[in-house]
Amino acid sequence: MTAWLRQHRQAFARALGRLGPLNILVIGVALALPVGGYALLESLRAIAGRLTLEPQISVFLDAKRADRDSLGARLRSDPRVSRVRFVPREQALKELAGVQGMSELIAALGRNPLPDAFVVTARDDGMEGLAAELARLPGVAHVQADSLWARRLAGLARVGRLGLWLLAGLLGAALVAVTFNTIRLQILTQRQEIEVSKLLGATDSFIGRPFYYAGLLQGLTGGAVALLIVAASLGLLNREVGPLAQSYGSDFRLAFLSMADALAVLGFAGLLGWLGAHLSVQRHLRAVEPT
Amino acid sequence: MVSFSAVAKRYPGGEEALKNVTFSVEPGELVFITGRSGAGKSTLLKLIPAIERPSSGSVVVNGQNVGALKRSAIPYLRRNVGLVFQDQKLLYDRSVYDNVMLPLAFSSHPPREAARRVRAALDKVGLLAREKANPIQLSGGEQQRVAIARAVVNRPSILLADEPTANLDGESARRILDIFVEFNQVGVTLLIATHDLALVTQYGKRVLHVEAGRVQ
Repeated sequence: MTAWLRQHRQAFARALGRLGPLNILVIGVALALPVGGYALLESLRAIAGRLTLEPQISVFLDAKRADRDSLGARLRSDPRVSRVRFVPREQALKELAGVQGMSELIAALGRNPLPDAFVVTARDDGMEGLAAELARLPGVAHVQADSLWARRLAGLARVGRLGLWLLAGLLGAALVAVTFNTIRLQILTQRQEIEVSKLLGATDSFIGRPFYYAGLLQGLTGGAVALLIVAASLGLLNREVGPLAQSYGSDFRLAFLSMADALAVLGFAGLLGWLGAHLSVQRHLRAVEPT
Repeated sequence: MVSFSAVAKRYPGGEEALKNVTFSVEPGELVFITGRSGAGKSTLLKLIPAIERPSSGSVVVNGQNVGALKRSAIPYLRRNVGLVFQDQKLLYDRSVYDNVMLPLAFSSHPPREAARRVRAALDKVGLLAREKANPIQLSGGEQQRVAIARAVVNRPSILLADEPTANLDGESARRILDIFVEFNQVGVTLLIATHDLALVTQYGKRVLHVEAGRVQ
């Protein structure tokens, strides 16, 4: 056991000694692109998340003429409607007060300007037709199918996310390729030592071990460099984003990755580095045979 | 200890290096393998640690059929067979001491025990004082002695040497062979390939003569 640990420690130390800073930088920059994109998208999603993305229609009532109960029953019996929620004006005011920058405005008003409303969730498409119909019902002051743009935003976010995944996939493959080649070059330069070691009775796993560690370390350090690049870039951007958001009465900031996401980036980069080393060792180490 | 029966070796391309070779070496024997270069001496030696595999026939080392050995078992065979080459195969990016340490890195000896063994091996070949030197600073004979120290540091029961004296002057060559004889006296089985018949006859040991792929 101690011998096994000692061998691993030695392999690790050798791998550490062979680590090339330039390769790490290349991997770091390549990974920083999807990681940074992900951080941006997550920050934007935090805003979009406050918006409802369901096909919803707000039906505002005319306070004087409306018969709340019969209108509610009429809505609930409509087959195109999946859910109906009644929002009394007091509650609507409370919800509005919770929205960024609105509480001062409401305080300034002095009285509640909001009507009672039904929030209708439509079953699927065709909600524009439904909205037009609801607008003609007696006691209805105004109808707003306001989630359409939110759905478009969500669609856009999905396209963005898909693009990021494609980018991450491509650059992940690049990481594997870079590591594969690094390890190939290391094997070539160590060729004589590998041959002699094989002649003297070294096992394949003993000979391969430093290369596996090298791949793993290169991936991990590359991932760490990517995180540093992203953190520094977000910090720089936030200097400009802060004042801009403040002018809209928001304290919005571009957020760095969560701890779990950052660890996932490191783990994934390490795994890909290990994979590149594995492919290279399988292909090149076996080819080095003493004659 | 080592036994060949009806061994033939053909290289890709059809060249037949060994034909129907049968012999055996008893434990503790010292056997010289002589013959002109190209006669098949090297091929014969390479079959023992499975650097080459026989095309037909069987090579048995320490009771193991080497030709049928799995790839993963070969390293363990080689740890029990010390190898000395004509071109030494030393690593010039490290000291004499670290060269001799190499075989102990992958067999699991505690560091202190390993260091003791390396010094003992260097002492036996008379190079303890040069342990910190780079092999490139040493003469050909000294480099060959480093290679011998490396071959015996794992205390193998069999030692193979392929033309160990080929590039050495008479004095250095005799010194190398004397070291081999000393190892033989403490029970190591040796097979030494050489084309230098004059040197061999001085020792009065068993001689296998290889000619055109056959042993006489």
